[in-house]
Amino acid sequence: MWHRLAHLVVKELISYLRDPRTRVILIGPPLMQLVIFSFAATLEVRNVAVAVLNQDGGPVSERFLERLGASSFINELVPVTDSARLESLIDERRVLLGVRFPPDFSRSAVAGEPAPLQLLIDGRRANAGQIAQSYVSQIAAQLDLELARDAGVDVAEPTIVRHWFNPNLINQWYIVPGLSGILAMMIALVVTALSIAREREMGTFDQLLVSPIRPLEIIIGKTVPAMIIGAVLAGVMIGAAIFLFHVPFSGNLGWLLASLLLFMLSVVGIGLMVSSVCQTQQQAILGAFMAAVPLILISGFATPVENMPGWLQLLAEADPLKHFLIIVQGSFLKALPFHEIVASAAPMALIALITLSVATLFVRSRLQ
Amino acid sequence: MSAAVELDGVVKRFDAVAALSGISGRIESGRLTGLVGPDGAGKTTLMRLIAALMIPTEGRISVAGRDSVREAPSIHRLIGYMPQSFGLYEDLSVMENLRLYADLRNLDPDARAHTFERLLHFTRLGAFTERLAGRLSGGMKQKLGLACALMAEPEVLLLDEPSVGVDPISRRELWAMVQELAGEGMAVVWSTAYLDEAERCSDVLLLNEGRIAFAGPPAELTARLEDRSFRVTDIGSDRRGLLSTLLQLDGVRDGVIQGDALRVVVADTAGADRVRTVLKTRTGTLRPAAPRFEDAFIDLLGGGPGGRSALTEHMHDVPDQRPVMVECNALTKRFGDFTATDAVDFSVQRGEVFGLLGPNGAGKSTTFRMLCGLLRPTSGSTEVAGYDLRDSPGDAKRQLGYMAQKFSLYDLLSVRQNLEFFSGAYGLRANVRRQRIDEMIEVFDLARYLNEAPVALPLGFKQRLALACALMHRPSVLFLDEPTSGVDPITRREFWLHITGLVARGVTVLVTTHFMDEAEYCDRVALMSNARVIALGSPDQLKASVASDERPDPTMEDAFIALVQRVEDDARAAPEAA
Amino acid sequence: MRSPIGRPLRALVRKEALQILRDPSALMIAFVLPVVLLFLFAFAVSLDVKGVRFGVVLESQGLDARALAAAYEATDYFDARFFHDRRAAEPLLVAGTIKGFVVIPEDFAARLANGDAAIQIITDGSQPNTANFTAAYARGVFQTWRNASTTVAVEPRFWFNPELSSRRVLLPGAIAIVMTIIGTMLTALVVAREWERGTMEALMSTPVTLLEMLGAKLLPYFLLGLGTMIICTLMAVTAYGMPLRGSLVALLVISACFLVPALGQGMLISALAKNQFVAAQVALLSGFLPAFLLSGFLFEIESMPAWIRAITHVVAARYFVEALQTIFLAGDIPAQIVRNSLSLLALGAVFFTAIALATHRRLD
Repeated sequence: MWHRLAHLVVKELISYLRDPRTRVILIGPPLMQLVIFSFAATLEVRNVAVAVLNQDGGPVSERFLERLGASSFINELVPVTDSARLESLIDERRVLLGVRFPPDFSRSAVAGEPAPLQLLIDGRRANAGQIAQSYVSQIAAQLDLELARDAGVDVAEPTIVRHWFNPNLINQWYIVPGLSGILAMMIALVVTALSIAREREMGTFDQLLVSPIRPLEIIIGKTVPAMIIGAVLAGVMIGAAIFLFHVPFSGNLGWLLASLLLFMLSVVGIGLMVSSVCQTQQQAILGAFMAAVPLILISGFATPVENMPGWLQLLAEADPLKHFLIIVQGSFLKALPFHEIVASAAPMALIALITLSVATLFVRSRLQ
Repeated sequence: MSAAVELDGVVKRFDAVAALSGISGRIESGRLTGLVGPDGAGKTTLMRLIAALMIPTEGRISVAGRDSVREAPSIHRLIGYMPQSFGLYEDLSVMENLRLYADLRNLDPDARAHTFERLLHFTRLGAFTERLAGRLSGGMKQKLGLACALMAEPEVLLLDEPSVGVDPISRRELWAMVQELAGEGMAVVWSTAYLDEAERCSDVLLLNEGRIAFAGPPAELTARLEDRSFRVTDIGSDRRGLLSTLLQLDGVRDGVIQGDALRVVVADTAGADRVRTVLKTRTGTLRPAAPRFEDAFIDLLGGGPGGRSALTEHMHDVPDQRPVMVECNALTKRFGDFTATDAVDFSVQRGEVFGLLGPNGAGKSTTFRMLCGLLRPTSGSTEVAGYDLRDSPGDAKRQLGYMAQKFSLYDLLSVRQNLEFFSGAYGLRANVRRQRIDEMIEVFDLARYLNEAPVALPLGFKQRLALACALMHRPSVLFLDEPTSGVDPITRREFWLHITGLVARGVTVLVTTHFMDEAEYCDRVALMSNARVIALGSPDQLKASVASDERPDPTMEDAFIALVQRVEDDARAAPEAA
Repeated sequence: MRSPIGRPLRALVRKEALQILRDPSALMIAFVLPVVLLFLFAFAVSLDVKGVRFGVVLESQGLDARALAAAYEATDYFDARFFHDRRAAEPLLVAGTIKGFVVIPEDFAARLANGDAAIQIITDGSQPNTANFTAAYARGVFQTWRNASTTVAVEPRFWFNPELSSRRVLLPGAIAIVMTIIGTMLTALVVAREWERGTMEALMSTPVTLLEMLGAKLLPYFLLGLGTMIICTLMAVTAYGMPLRGSLVALLVISACFLVPALGQGMLISALAKNQFVAAQVALLSGFLPAFLLSGFLFEIESMPAWIRAITHVVAARYFVEALQTIFLAGDIPAQIVRNSLSLLALGAVFFTAIALATHRRLD
């Protein structure tokens, strides 16, 4: 049995790696996603254009604008002379923010009285707007301190902020390790879903069935190669994270790899379930796609699971990607201790058990 | 009057490879022209060039007086073309397909009702207008494809291998229709691998390696074989052994099995004398026979593949375990309330070639699939080499070799990797495995293709590889599902040479086919119709059972059609099974 | 009197429509996928920070300290849990149970009085975006509590979306993704299917012109796309509380403009691929992924490196997302709609030119 199984696995691997076109299709998308994702998938805010309506013109607003212009997230300050112009710039999405200094802004500020400045934010870009707002608020607070010092009051920054694990909040430290999970999942899903559909379409499935290979062996023969391909890809991504993107790795590589295999197992189970309901390759591609999108969206990769409604958070528990992301991101940045890994690995094991059992039942019933 | 199609020095190259090199000729109106030739001779390319779907690299083609390059649109108005896949939309109904092609041809709405009525009557599809084309049987699809191609009453009708995978009854019906059309003045081009069809054409264009090897009435070619075709009768038991011996003689060009007799083509009288010499030492009588087009075809292309199968020399005798190797008892399969196979019984002896014939949808595929364990019977049992497929599938499967209809191989694996995989799948190891793979490479001459993907192989080699993959574990029973569908006569002969050799070693062979020449190779055939076996016996017995005064010497095809129709006449109301 | 010229076109359009209606996977994509995707984007993807699990380490027992702790408990932003020792909070941060914590030190009152740094805010930097928000809110709570008489105060006003609902920002993006899938992925597959099944060969042997063939493929999917657009809009407005401040006409105009390059891209893919598997992969790579990543609905285009920003200019979804967000949230702003429509049509012209160059009415 082990012998036959080895042949199934080797055959499956060769059939993905022999043909240059399949190879490209297998390796191209993940690499492209790695490159584009790691640079494009950022929730940071940069290169912002700001419209400025300065009705004050005093020293404080000038100082403020100087700070604003010098800050790294700003690309351009667009001076305007009336609020209609300011509004139309926002309407037309030329600027994300509009700053308006009221006429007595500097006078009030120097006098130590409250000096409000208006910040108009394009709500169509709520997330960027919020982040930009917090940047502007920090500039305001900083300026506040300086004004107080100018007035001779000795004040220190009242709060100290420390970002653990990633002190400079480098976005790629978050994105790249997580990508290893997402891309490995995509590839394992497509590989398993396609491999059975393709054998059906080509007629080679019959060949397998008339040979002494048992149904369970066929299933294992489809599971292992997909796991290997997915795990190798994830391994490459993890390597890229460490050596190319210089993300610090603080955890235990062995535990991470063990979790990766468990993760792959649960994904392959889902892939097999998809493939058993698909007749053609086209359906398999669409099926894998229809499964992958929700799995990614509720995994917490794009936005935190905590932001979702409670019932959806419950559903996210059934998403193996969610658990793997905790492990992989924790292993990189947080030196995730063993008991925490187990806490996330256990649900994955349960998911794998369920999906693989269901898939085996599905595939077996199709074999008869 | 000018010819319907004129070909003038037509050359077609794909990249550097020439598919056609210098074709000149005429295809006349009101005649049925057969386009024949071995696989890869360029038949489909020529069809597409005439249909103005491709541009010739050199030379010119005119269709109904119009140039195929400059006046392609007007050619498209004048021709009807049925590609190999019939060009039907499987998710549209019969009527919707007809309507679509009528609109595409801009058929006048007023004349339409009449045209549809005529076509539906002509193709006898009137009862199925609402059925989706994908649910039609092969024969019905083919007729619908023809109806669509005929929509605009074309001047030239091009049919690309319309009879592949279609049973003899549908084929004969289609043939009658097309002849009627030619009688009305249409030019019909019919490309085919079945030479009995070619023989009945008014003209034949025989292509070989991109050139015309013969053009003219088939009788003209056949006449060259006068006094060179013979039948060997009264052979006794070992007709396969005799055939092999005769084919190895100098001056014997071709030979096939026809039921209990042999058909032999010799190069000259010396060849015939050598045959007579051999027959003196064995039983058998040499009688002159009327030459067939197929004899001439093989002769023109340099003769058949000879009489020795390297495979036979490498195979070992199958141990004489038991007399009955395949058995089915009251085998029944129902899909919902549709009965595909109804209480089928038969048994196959060791070393027998057993054929399973029947019209499309008669249940032979279902029976076949149950026998090799691909389908689970609703009731009844099957045994292969003494093992019940249900109780010990593993043991039964180890005894079984299977070659699927379209030579299903892994196209993503190379030829060598396919061999390695299949040997491994059957549990062959180490030295044995290596040795068997090398053996197959040698026997089937696969060495130069080892690193190619199976898709890139010529059809004949693909078939060889499929057979090799089915044989490496030395099965005692071989299942062949339409093994030579669409394959040219020479490759077919070579294939049967191997099968004959295997049978000599004691391998039992079960084969399904639509091809009546192939049925003649069988020791016994079971003819199925409407889920039941309606006749079982040797090909000669079946032929004899339908012999009558007006048809004293029926062919296998005659027997097939007569037997099926006899049953259908009995059960008029039986529903059409798709 | 019906013109006979249009008959083949009508017949092909009818054929295509029937095929769509009979193919479960096409209907699935056209009608089930939008529902699922919109649902997920309405609930699963949310940038709204609310109820972040946050630790408050209260090392001081002073009144001020307790009052501050109470302020942390009171805010909606945080789901606060309390500790007396920062070492108790640290493992929870590692486990991801809390996203950050604030340390109110023993000498809190003294520090406050001296003007020293009074509190320390620690966040889980492994999720930079959340860390940023958490730090900003935690600081905000402190400042509000202290009621520090800031002189320079920022008064933010969010236009178009005062509730700062991320759903309102994301749903137009989700619609753009659905439309990309229908426009590009589905059309990429249908022409490839005709090649694979051999029906293209039969079609080509009839007098149908290339223009009719292309037109017949486009028209049904164009209508299907507009139909899906209407379904998506209805769902967004009725089920997910999306405002529609612009006009339906503007919405349909921009959708129609978007479908031109989207369908063109799909047609171009299948004209070149002729095989469903390759077509699907290419469509995924060049259609879906850019719509997801580079259209600016989830990730800010301005924040991307220049070379990626350059790529986004040929991503049709980018212009569509921008226009949709405006029409839904801001209203009909002509400059916006015209600019984006023109960009889309220009992109469409490029695709159709490429199709004209790549397609021949021949097999070789």
